[in-house]
Amino acid sequence: MSSLAETFAGSHRASGRHDGPLLEVDHVVVQFGGVTAVNEACFTADPGTVTGLIGPNGAGKTTCFNVISGLQKPTRGTVRFQGKDVSSTPVHRRSKRGMGRTFQRLEAFGSLSVRDNVKVAADIHRGVLKGFLPGGHGKNIDALLERVGIAAYADERADSIPTGTARLLELARCLAGDPKLLLLDEPSSGLDETETDAFGDLLRDLAAEGRAILMVEHDMDLVMAVCDVIHVLDFGSIIASGDPATIRRDPAVQKAYLGYSDEADADAHTVTDLPAVSDDTMVIPAAREGVGS
Amino acid sequence: MSSFLAFTIFGLVSGAAYAIAASGLVLTYSTTRVFNIAHGALGMLLSFVFWDFSVRQGMPTLLALFLVLFVVAPAIGWFLQRFVARGLGDAPVSVSLVVTVAILVATLGLAQQVWPPEARSVQPFFAGTSYEMFGFFITAHQIITIVLSLVVAVGLYVLLNRTRIGTAMRASVDNPELLKLFGGQPERVAALSWAIGTSLAALAGVLLVSTVGLDYFALLLLVINAFAAAILGRLQNLPLTFVGAMALGLVTSYASGYLPTDGLLNSVRNVVPALFLFAVIVLMPQAQLRIGQVKGIVSAPLPSPFKALSWSGALLLGVALVAGALSEANLLLVGTAATYAIVMLSLVLLTGYGGHVSLAQITFVGVGALAYIKIDSPNLVGLLLAGLVAAGVGALVALPVIRLTGLYLALATLAFAVIMDRMIFQADFAFGFNGSLSAERLSILGYQVDSTAGYVWVMAVFFVLMGLALLVVRAGPLGRMLVALRDSPAACGTLGLDQRWFRVGLFAASAGMAGIAGALYAGLRGTVGAAEFQFFGSFTLLLLAVVFGVTSVTGAALGGVGLMMLPVLQADYPGIAGLFFVVIAVGAILLARDPNGLANQLFRLGRLLDRRFGNRIRERIPVLPVPGGSLGGMREQARAEHDANAAADQSLTTVGLGGGAATTPGPDQGPAENKEPAGV
Ligand SMILES: Nc1ncnc2c1ncn2[C@@H]1O[C@H](COP(=O)(O)OP(=O)(O)OP(=O)(O)O)[C@@H](O)[C@H]1O
Ligand SMILES: [Mg+2]
Repeated sequence: MSSLAETFAGSHRASGRHDGPLLEVDHVVVQFGGVTAVNEACFTADPGTVTGLIGPNGAGKTTCFNVISGLQKPTRGTVRFQGKDVSSTPVHRRSKRGMGRTFQRLEAFGSLSVRDNVKVAADIHRGVLKGFLPGGHGKNIDALLERVGIAAYADERADSIPTGTARLLELARCLAGDPKLLLLDEPSSGLDETETDAFGDLLRDLAAEGRAILMVEHDMDLVMAVCDVIHVLDFGSIIASGDPATIRRDPAVQKAYLGYSDEADADAHTVTDLPAVSDDTMVIPAAREGVGS
Repeated sequence: MSSFLAFTIFGLVSGAAYAIAASGLVLTYSTTRVFNIAHGALGMLLSFVFWDFSVRQGMPTLLALFLVLFVVAPAIGWFLQRFVARGLGDAPVSVSLVVTVAILVATLGLAQQVWPPEARSVQPFFAGTSYEMFGFFITAHQIITIVLSLVVAVGLYVLLNRTRIGTAMRASVDNPELLKLFGGQPERVAALSWAIGTSLAALAGVLLVSTVGLDYFALLLLVINAFAAAILGRLQNLPLTFVGAMALGLVTSYASGYLPTDGLLNSVRNVVPALFLFAVIVLMPQAQLRIGQVKGIVSAPLPSPFKALSWSGALLLGVALVAGALSEANLLLVGTAATYAIVMLSLVLLTGYGGHVSLAQITFVGVGALAYIKIDSPNLVGLLLAGLVAAGVGALVALPVIRLTGLYLALATLAFAVIMDRMIFQADFAFGFNGSLSAERLSILGYQVDSTAGYVWVMAVFFVLMGLALLVVRAGPLGRMLVALRDSPAACGTLGLDQRWFRVGLFAASAGMAGIAGALYAGLRGTVGAAEFQFFGSFTLLLLAVVFGVTSVTGAALGGVGLMMLPVLQADYPGIAGLFFVVIAVGAILLARDPNGLANQLFRLGRLLDRRFGNRIRERIPVLPVPGGSLGGMREQARAEHDANAAADQSLTTVGLGGGAATTPGPDQGPAENKEPAGV
């Protein structure tokens, strides 16, 4: 379909119909009972840039994504997309307007093949009723799989592929809908070093097409290499924002991270070799229970 | 005025009993995330146990009560959690619904087996003792009921908020892994909560049995009251649950006191709890899409068009040959099997592909039958209209609850089934109380199918056509979307799918298929009545669908025969009628986690036999078609597929074990499109 073809042509550079950022998260607060998961968070994402959202486990990063994509209602605050308040827009409409996301805990369609996963996404993008018509998107699907580097798995069932591949599949699935904003939740966990490098290049390409990319990531090398702007979240609050060099030097950031590592040799650490705390089977919110607000 | 007061007191007393039952339900749900549909049935079973101890064996009431509440009930609850419901909280809702429906059916079967129908009664506690208050009498039993509900409320509060194990119980909902990390034992906590929950179901049953009577179904339906109250408390909030139970008790009591005793409104009193449940569900706030991966289900593979067509042809030929030789009575049985098989097809669509559970499928069959009779044009148009009416009713049931999760959809269908069964179907404008209506046989393009043999064959044709249509849909974009929606609603949402309409459409289509089955059934029997469409039928239907395989057309065909056989067997062996229910339930429990059921085992067996003997036999008898064991088509086709089948079978096993490895393609592996193993 034409939208998929555009994916490769990079048609987004001219999509700035409004002034200001594509995505605006404005003083968002999310409380779960007594726990404040997100606390007055404000940040933006702009077309053509990769924005990093980092922070220790339980900092509220995934919750931010859920608020942006509409899976979680914020307690307070607004989310604006293309200048419009979308805080009460249902999930699927936000997607239609151009948001795409991946999940930290995989949400691939396990009983479908990798190719069918992407096909479903393309069908949904075309509209359920048009989905009745025979689809002419076969080649584009394969090109998309090729682009994210999982073409070799096209015929495998999605619940039998490695985690890293499944994350790339979720990215491919989003791209089938040609989103203006990509929300990637720990996309590189499960990838080896070469794959991560290739993934970093892909991210830069996607941004160069004019997409806004917002990424939660624990791999600091990747974050520092590809992000234009980084926001650091701790206990639900943004404690620092800036380009990678600024963030690397920021004392508050070092403290937030190093507070969890061995006190004795804390001085020896720099942010670049932070513990890669990513863990997709178990989140450890316990350390934070009741601390919020 | 004093009668108003009396109804109020009576309402509060029933409300107190409902509250006890509902709090048990809330406890088990909130600690293990398993919604126990069998909660009322367990209360029923334990009331029978109480009767057995106190009346039949003549134990002192207090001893009997103690044994039931503190020994038998907790033991059953513990056993169920340990060996039946374990790990269900993380499974898809459809699986936990099937398992708890199975517990319900098993409980009923057990009760009927051990205590066959006869007149029994249980006296209220301190029968005859009552006190005068404000000019009317309140019995000691009523006071005890209210006091016990307060004791339960306070006890649960203290347990959950003031004890270590209670804290562990609350924590285990949020994160069982976490609980384990801190030294708690989620399994023990879960078993304890089921033990207490079952005890509370028993207490409610025992308190109610002196007024409700020792009746299998009346007590089983107590679960609806408990659901309604528990749902008002969002299945978590105990105080709100108590409020809900009291409100329900009052409404039920006023309804029985003030509704007119004739006309449709008279029968409303039978369904007040179901109406209340429906209302409460409709008023629930929007559910948020749940994130958290559901593993893909290893579905029975889709058959190739060639295979599907040849098996369809074989089935139709078989029915045509057999139908000529059968007696009228046996033909009716075959027709009934065909009806059930079509209804099972509707479950393949809804449950097998879509992952939703309906507890009202037999009710939709009734709606279809009723519509066919009322429309009174016994031809294809009338049949189609009957299907559309059923589909419309299905959409109406699904619409108000479509914002909610699958659990609430299933509960809404249960409430709907009870309302239809106890009120609408028995109304004068429908089948009438204990009445029946007569229906004419279908005429197709002007040709009336008079002979039963011919009619049965026509039904088989409908089954085949609908089965093939289903396979076509499943293989296309809609089928993919259906499976995607089952695997991850959250991902579908973020990809832009408005699932509400999709789900309404799915539910309506499934109800419409059941409705067509009903219309055909009405034509087959000539006369049909409300008794044929009771809500309980949908339970056995669901279980047998799961046992025989709810993901394949073959499973539906086998399941249809199985469901038809059930009452036949029960009539042939009345001594063990209840045991049949238990057997089906155990089968469903064993197979619930693999919804491909026996049909899939058959496919595997077929491939195995083909691999072992297929070639040898084909060499010996070069001109004959492939033997039945291979499930295959004609000789050439089977030969081409032989090698590929071996590989496909192997890969299916790999996936089934959750292995990530792809099978290494052998040198002699067939082309990809031949890889599909047999399975029609
Ligand atoms: N549905 C929920 N109910 C209750 N608490 C929640 C819920 N979701 C998240 N939380 C809590 O909110 C806090 C932030 O969680 P979140 O998942 O957003 O963190 P995160 O930054 O993504 O962490 P990680 O790096 O481990 O993925 C945690 O304390 C978590 O326990
Ligand atoms: Mg996260």
